[in-house]
Amino acid sequence: MKHNLTRRGGRRTAAAALTAVSLIALSACGGDGGNGGDGNGGAQAVEELGENEGQVSILAWPGYVEDGSNDPAVDWVSSFEEETGCEVTSKVYGTSDEALNLAKTGEYDVIAASGDLSLRLIASGDAAPVNTDLVENYEGIFDFLKDTEWNTVDGVNYGIPHGYGANLLMYNADEVDEPTSWGAVFEESEMQKYQGKVTAYDSPIYIADAALYLMKTQPDLGIENPYALDQEQLDAAVDLLKTQRQYVGEYWSDYLKEIQAFQTGDSVIGTTWQVIVNAIDKPSIKAVLPEEGATAWNDTWMLSSQSENVNCAYAWMNHIVSPEANAQATEYFGEAPNSEAACEETENPDHCETFHAGDEEYSEQLWYWRTPVKECLDGRDAECTDYSQWTQAWTEIKG
Amino acid sequence: MSLDTARAAVSPPRETAARRVSARLSRTPRLRLGLLISAPLAWLVLVYVVALAALLITALWTVDSFTGDLDRSAWTLDNLRLVLTEQLYRTVTLRTLSIAATVTVIDVLVALPIAFYMAKVASPRVQRILVIAVLTPLWASYLVKAYAWRSTLSDGGLVEWLGAPLGVQSPGYGLPAVVITQAYIWLPYVILPIFAGLERVPNSLLDASSDLGAGTWRTVRSVIMPLLFPAIIAGAIFSFSLTLGDYITVNIVGGANQMLGNLVYTNAGAANNLPLAAALALIPITIMIVFLAAVRRTGALDNL
Repeated sequence: MKHNLTRRGGRRTAAAALTAVSLIALSACGGDGGNGGDGNGGAQAVEELGENEGQVSILAWPGYVEDGSNDPAVDWVSSFEEETGCEVTSKVYGTSDEALNLAKTGEYDVIAASGDLSLRLIASGDAAPVNTDLVENYEGIFDFLKDTEWNTVDGVNYGIPHGYGANLLMYNADEVDEPTSWGAVFEESEMQKYQGKVTAYDSPIYIADAALYLMKTQPDLGIENPYALDQEQLDAAVDLLKTQRQYVGEYWSDYLKEIQAFQTGDSVIGTTWQVIVNAIDKPSIKAVLPEEGATAWNDTWMLSSQSENVNCAYAWMNHIVSPEANAQATEYFGEAPNSEAACEETENPDHCETFHAGDEEYSEQLWYWRTPVKECLDGRDAECTDYSQWTQAWTEIKG
Repeated sequence: MSLDTARAAVSPPRETAARRVSARLSRTPRLRLGLLISAPLAWLVLVYVVALAALLITALWTVDSFTGDLDRSAWTLDNLRLVLTEQLYRTVTLRTLSIAATVTVIDVLVALPIAFYMAKVASPRVQRILVIAVLTPLWASYLVKAYAWRSTLSDGGLVEWLGAPLGVQSPGYGLPAVVITQAYIWLPYVILPIFAGLERVPNSLLDASSDLGAGTWRTVRSVIMPLLFPAIIAGAIFSFSLTLGDYITVNIVGGANQMLGNLVYTNAGAANNLPLAAALALIPITIMIVFLAAVRRTGALDNL
């Protein structure tokens, strides 16, 4: 009898616990209302560091946090764990939107954010100010990467620059003649050659790729910046992408899916990252930077405002921007490192030349991902379309 | 009273709190029952009622497109209006509905002869083997099966290799691939209820029908089908509802197409627009409610 009673009690506790957990889950699903849209202007960066907490959790693009499990030769996490005693757990994401959602859970201490994410994290109060004095390796970083509009707001630094690179055009040389222009994936006459085998990046930010092409080929539209589109310009880009849609076999945001599609031959041309090209061991798969230039990313290591492992987070930021780790990580991902010292550490001595690291002029040709907002980013006096309109347009394009 | 004395003669139980509770419970069966079912009931209420209500309420919120924060202060019907009026959502709803309907029809057509053979023709030994054969695919992960179809249908995949001598080409990734994959994945869920339904059709009725001079088709039409109809509907509910909510298969083999599930997924997972995702999620729920209300009248729900 007593036994039974205890058991029942246990079950009730379990039910109560389940109830509580579900309630928490439900309220978590409802989003975090604690930090409304006003940012955390009052928050202060830490003044000094303490003991390492023993663990750090990192949210990053694929290829940024490699511990040798994908390729034993590619590992810059183990040395960090040994040196600092901070055990690393990491999660990769496919699009900045996905990362925003994940970052809001507060489960990640450090976030590698592109320019279309960093400002959103700052505005929503999910990113904490970073005291760059506490990051030893910050000093060596190229000056033109510091205090930029995507990592600094009102003179407050919110992150450490990691590296930058362009969205390239990948193609299968067995089926496609080497393209020189993005027209290969935007002009019907070109796409007809590989109907159903074109691929594109599955995110609203890809609209900027179309806008960049229009900027170069249709000057009448008056596009000055592919992230500052008024309604008419957005419509033109959407039309271009709707045409492209008829030739697209599949869109990708999971980079493994694109790797597989190019390996089997289901996709033969489309936008890509260098890291994907590297991952495909088929010599016929190549990538080029087309003549129109390209959209690009410029990534920042940010600190979550909900981080409980601040010391390990700082330790990681210092480690990943150190010349050795930065050289490894940026070379593996296929992007320009963040410092002269890192350029000397790369395995391929021409790496920095290939990616024009430190070349400010070249950097200006690239259109780094930004979040489109109502107030036009190019400073003109007009109303631009914001990211929610882009999102809406993107679902429409896919139809 | 006499019971108490009898107990006292053995050894008087200590009057602990646990024992008091236990005594009280044994005196009040209603309380006992209430406590017993409160956990599952709470679970049901939480999972179904509260979740549905939360969904409905979430659909009334808006989201700040820049910071991604939910605005819960002002309730608006904008999301629902958008879902109802926007051409895109109508197209996707119709596409999803037709995929679900096609999958269901294919599954029922494939399942009927198999189930009939299993229930009425096969020897008990063969029948057992067939039941196991039908159940086996359920042991493999859904993802494994979907990815298997991805490589089967891919460029230079199995279908193309087998079909080459016959001039058959792989449909490639797209809606036909989605229909094929979904029909394959949900087939066991359709075969089993139909098989169970056929087992319940007495053989004597079939004999009587043929004794009275009815041909095969006549027997099927006038005897088997009316008896089997609820079982078919039961199977159809599985394949229809499971296809209606799916977004993984279409991601893997669907090419650039999207179904309702994808719209929900991208809005919740990528676009960070939870309210719109909630509004969209109400579409399949509404469809299923209508569908279930319609089949309730056939008595098929008793066969689930």
